[in-house]
Amino acid sequence: MNNLQHLFSMHMVLSTLRLAIPLTLASIGSVICERSGIINLGIEGMMLSGAFGAVFGTHISGSPWIGMLVAILVGGLFGLIHALLCIRYRTNQAVSGVGINIFASGITIVLCQVVWNKEGLSGEVTAIPNVTVPGLSQIPVLGKLFEKQSPYFFITLVIVAVSWYVMYRTKVGLRLRTIGDNSKAAATAGVNVTRYRYVSVIVCGMLCGLAGSFLSIVQSNLFVKDMVAGRGYIALAATIFGGWNPFGSFLASLLFAFSQALRINIELDIPEQFLQMLPYLLTMVVLIIAGRKVKGPQESGDIRD
Amino acid sequence: MSREKKAGSGRWTSGLQNIWLSVIAILLSLVITSIIMAASGNNLAEAYSALFKGAFGSRNAIANTLAKTVPLIFVGMACAFSNKGGIFNIGCEGQLYSGALAAAVAAIFLQGAPRILVIPAAFVAGMAAGMLVGGLNGFLKAKLQINEVLVAIMLNYIMRYLTSYFVHGPLKDPEASVAQTVAMDDTYMLTKLVPKTQLTTALLLALVIAVLLHFFFLKTRTGFNIRAVGENRLAAQASGIAMSSTIVLTMAVSGALAALTGVTEVLGKTGKFVDGFSPGYGFTGIAVAVLGRNNPAGVLLSALLFGIMESGAMKMSYVAGVSTSMIKVMQGLVILFVATPNLVSFLRRRKGERKGE
Repeated sequence: MNNLQHLFSMHMVLSTLRLAIPLTLASIGSVICERSGIINLGIEGMMLSGAFGAVFGTHISGSPWIGMLVAILVGGLFGLIHALLCIRYRTNQAVSGVGINIFASGITIVLCQVVWNKEGLSGEVTAIPNVTVPGLSQIPVLGKLFEKQSPYFFITLVIVAVSWYVMYRTKVGLRLRTIGDNSKAAATAGVNVTRYRYVSVIVCGMLCGLAGSFLSIVQSNLFVKDMVAGRGYIALAATIFGGWNPFGSFLASLLFAFSQALRINIELDIPEQFLQMLPYLLTMVVLIIAGRKVKGPQESGDIRD
Repeated sequence: MSREKKAGSGRWTSGLQNIWLSVIAILLSLVITSIIMAASGNNLAEAYSALFKGAFGSRNAIANTLAKTVPLIFVGMACAFSNKGGIFNIGCEGQLYSGALAAAVAAIFLQGAPRILVIPAAFVAGMAAGMLVGGLNGFLKAKLQINEVLVAIMLNYIMRYLTSYFVHGPLKDPEASVAQTVAMDDTYMLTKLVPKTQLTTALLLALVIAVLLHFFFLKTRTGFNIRAVGENRLAAQASGIAMSSTIVLTMAVSGALAALTGVTEVLGKTGKFVDGFSPGYGFTGIAVAVLGRNNPAGVLLSALLFGIMESGAMKMSYVAGVSTSMIKVMQGLVILFVATPNLVSFLRRRKGERKGE
């Protein structure tokens, strides 16, 4: 087998892009959340609830698009819970996230049994079909990106662009970044800090829900217990590795997705555990090198006022 | 608001209030779990009696309930220890994996040596490994001011996959189909307290450590320093407590305690390191510590409560048809409620909430 040829094949590119979708979505949510001063360790649970919500919504309505909306709603609901606990009741943000993860892992399995009478497994539903963009798919080489591509790919690109634009080119984004670094200054300038935080955490939940739905009704057509399998934490790593910037999140997600694609598609001499470890190792290195100068939101995880 | 309350009430009243909060949190979670169970068409009486029978139905059932409690005590103590020092240790999972592997390697490496030597060596190796991982976490926080939660999560996965690499590669038992080390000699296993169950002397160790920690925080200078740093960092610094070394020490000891979870799993239950053996002990430990209000007696009680649930869940599942995962639902809710004292006190006095926002 010619590994090098595989390494740069279109197949690897497409595989990487596909694997990057859920990471990017959840990571951008996490960026928005942390910029408002709140760490979300519940990404994993929010994605999981979204994955379940998507299958459940599709099961009830028959339409996977409705399933996607349900996933966004369920994710947003979990976001609201995290927001209420952290903002209104001043719960330790890390504890709240851990609680949400355990709760989501349990409740999705319980509901599988209630709805489908199966242990940790849902029934099969209709998945969101891939699309081929007429015209664009005819372009040589690049056309492959538009051929039998998941609509989520395009949704993700739009979200990357929009979230980057809002964060760095609008007043809303400027205020959000100010809140994360110095909420007092933002409040003094007349910004409704609390409202920004609620919206940010809820949007994060919605993006996580959307990310989860990709796993259950795009990549697959059913819910399996704990199917997020640590991707929430990889998304968190991508948040840091990407420098708390939506576009950075996208690049970091691509890198981490590439290491996953390597593991899945190519036989290497590197033990697969090291590839699995890579996102965390790289992020750890970044944290250590950047150290004190890490450009993250200064007040993230520690809201006072 | 909470600060005023703390200043206004004496030690006993605040202690009582803490117990109250935990009890209310448990009750609230029970109510919600029961509603979910009833709504899913389960018979509550049948479910709870099955849970109770599963946990206490026979001598062996009780022994196994206690056996399930043991790892939760260690990991709960680990989280409680760091919480006392004002540091959140979400890295127990990585610490217990590294501890377990180190203990297994030590026991296998010393194969043939007398039991009295091998068991302590395995404990020391395991605790040292956990101490290193936890200590590194504390060091990065103390010296570089890196958020300990983020580092801990990264370390969790790094250790998880590193141990996995070892038992897939150089340390793999060639005979076994799954990734694990070779089994150590039976003579090196901890003594069973009740034959044919998983209850070993690890329980006694857990109890001894709980007592030791109680006195450590109450009577020793170091214990006092750790608490001082946890309660008010600035005041502690002003009073001349060495911050960095206290933080590193807190995380190192917490890591060693977490490692005991892994060590006793290996020496008490499996007799080898099995890849991915932890069902998320590190996270349950956070629940145990928070519910136990970070004090040793509280941790023992909440570990027992969770042990009972884990142990009764199987019976509840096959007798009453309630998913074993209902336990996770309950645990998640307990964490959320107990970590939100303001919510609980809000429910107790619906009025009087200041509208400060």
